[in-house]
Amino acid sequence: MLALEDVHTHYGKIEALHGVSVEVNKGEIVSLIGANGAGKTTLLMTVCGSPKASSGRVILEGRDITNEATSNIMRSGIAIVPEGRRVFPGLTVEENLHMGGFFNTKPEIRKSQDHVYELFPRLKEREHQRAGTMSGGEQQMLAIGRALMSKPRMIILDEPSLGLAPIIIQQIFEIIGQLREEGITVFLVEQNAHQALSLADRGYVLETGRIRLHDTGKNLLANPEVREAYLGG
Amino acid sequence: MAANNLKHALFCALVTLIISYPIIGFNLEIQGINITLTGATTSTIGMVLLAAVIVFLFQLFRDRIMSALRSLPNPLPQPRKEPMAENKRARIESWVLTGIVVLALFWPFFVSRGSVDLATLVLIYIMLALGLNVVVGLAGLLDLGYVAFYAVGAYTFALLSQYAGFSFWMALPLGACLAALFGLVLGFPVLRLRGDYLAIVTLGFGEIIRILLNNWTALTGGPNGIGGIPDPTLFGMEFGRRVREEGNTSFHETFGIAYSGEHKVIFLYLIALVLAIITALIIRRFMRMPVGRAWEALREDEIAARSLGLSRTAVKLSAFTIGAFFAGFAGTVFASKQGFISPESFVFLESAIILAIVVLGGMGSQLGVVLAAIAVTILPELAREFSDYRMLVFGAAMVLMMVWRPQGLMPMRRVHIELKKQE
Repeated sequence: MLALEDVHTHYGKIEALHGVSVEVNKGEIVSLIGANGAGKTTLLMTVCGSPKASSGRVILEGRDITNEATSNIMRSGIAIVPEGRRVFPGLTVEENLHMGGFFNTKPEIRKSQDHVYELFPRLKEREHQRAGTMSGGEQQMLAIGRALMSKPRMIILDEPSLGLAPIIIQQIFEIIGQLREEGITVFLVEQNAHQALSLADRGYVLETGRIRLHDTGKNLLANPEVREAYLGG
Repeated sequence: MAANNLKHALFCALVTLIISYPIIGFNLEIQGINITLTGATTSTIGMVLLAAVIVFLFQLFRDRIMSALRSLPNPLPQPRKEPMAENKRARIESWVLTGIVVLALFWPFFVSRGSVDLATLVLIYIMLALGLNVVVGLAGLLDLGYVAFYAVGAYTFALLSQYAGFSFWMALPLGACLAALFGLVLGFPVLRLRGDYLAIVTLGFGEIIRILLNNWTALTGGPNGIGGIPDPTLFGMEFGRRVREEGNTSFHETFGIAYSGEHKVIFLYLIALVLAIITALIIRRFMRMPVGRAWEALREDEIAARSLGLSRTAVKLSAFTIGAFFAGFAGTVFASKQGFISPESFVFLESAIILAIVVLGGMGSQLGVVLAAIAVTILPELAREFSDYRMLVFGAAMVLMMVWRPQGLMPMRRVHIELKKQE
């Protein structure tokens, strides 16, 4: 579905990714874990085309998107939930969702909206509330819902558990599992390694811009190195 | 606490003295060919001192005065009640608006020529402010050089009429489109800029246009400006005493009424009114369309908007272009109204006033912007005697607005979009 082949990314002269290869197959949940500054977000941004990879290729469903414009990439069946939620604070929940389906027709929007409300009944209750006035967990639900509005075949989540209460994190991860049931491919980037790996089919460990380990989620959880570095021994 | 208050109060009184004494206390008078500086009368100086004392006392007892004021019942109770039902309010609003428009249509026939002239100017400012509202209020791009597009519209008409004999109606769409083109061209380099940087570049652009017009003497006449810009015609009927162009007839002869200079003024007013209404309606339509929501989304969170596949370039450029288009509209009307334009009409202060109107009215709110345009244009005319202190009053009004209504006269109420429920 999505593949990065030996991708190097630079911010100016500084190289943030030193030849990263990652593959996400259709219907999988793949987790990418790593410490602060390891390049997780850079990797996602490279997929979105901002910044662009300086060498290597990014391939989405067999199509080379390395040098595509961000707006084109984001319209080709892939959706991202950006780090820190980033809902539109002045727009209501409903309007936020409609922004997510910006390029779809009205009946399609209506259908995906109903679907999102089914996944997150909480959002239905808050339909006409301004997004900026909601709690962090609700905003995260909205951010995920908004990403789903474009009916993506693949969804990328950047730290969905950031700054949320454990019980909310639990709910969010349950929803992510549910997305897989619906056939959506999930690429999950997390610092919360334990939960991310137990949910994932496969996992990658990113360290200072390089893929350090790559295995199934279960094996990574059992891996002594990973336990040592990310799971507190 | 008390000592602190005293110090603060003394300081405030001193600032009052420093600011007001040089402004009010000295007069420049022309005697023969010399300018002499004379002191003001003792009573004026007394007033300045009194003002300083009042400021001192107010600051000294400020806490007590404020708490006393707060305990007074609020004369303007804030509407805490439930907002009116959406459709009911919309109906009332549309009735009121229709009433105002009808009133505005018949009003010029009963008032003096001067007021109609002023009203035309107000309408021009309304067009400008509505256009800038798209750029600043909705898309959140601070444009300090908006007057450049206004100048492009005005000069397009002036030059076309001078060199090619274009009439108002032919020049109107051309002026607007050319201004829009300039908006597009300016949009490209400034796309990657944000906030302060964007403001500075647009400011520079505004100055470039003005200086270009000022120095390109061969084409624009430089500081001498361009005169003899024709008035608009009504289906080939001219409003002058004599017909200027072959083939046209004059309005008063066609209808067999006595010539009056007022006809032209009223006609211009009506044109400006119709164009202002068209501007408001078109922009209102845009605000409800997806592109309007895209502007707002980009203003609220650029990264999120891009993550949804919106193209930053397209959204920003559309806002810039549409804003510039209506400035060109207003510019053409302005050129026709004045009959003479020079670069002096398009200085930075104009940009600042238009921006002040948008901020004063409440960013993004159309009705608020219209009200603010009326207030900002008419108040200085009403207070002609105080014209020396116009800027002082303007500044004071701005400060008061910031304190009392930081969101503007009528803050924007977001248009609510609802999809039809499918049964």
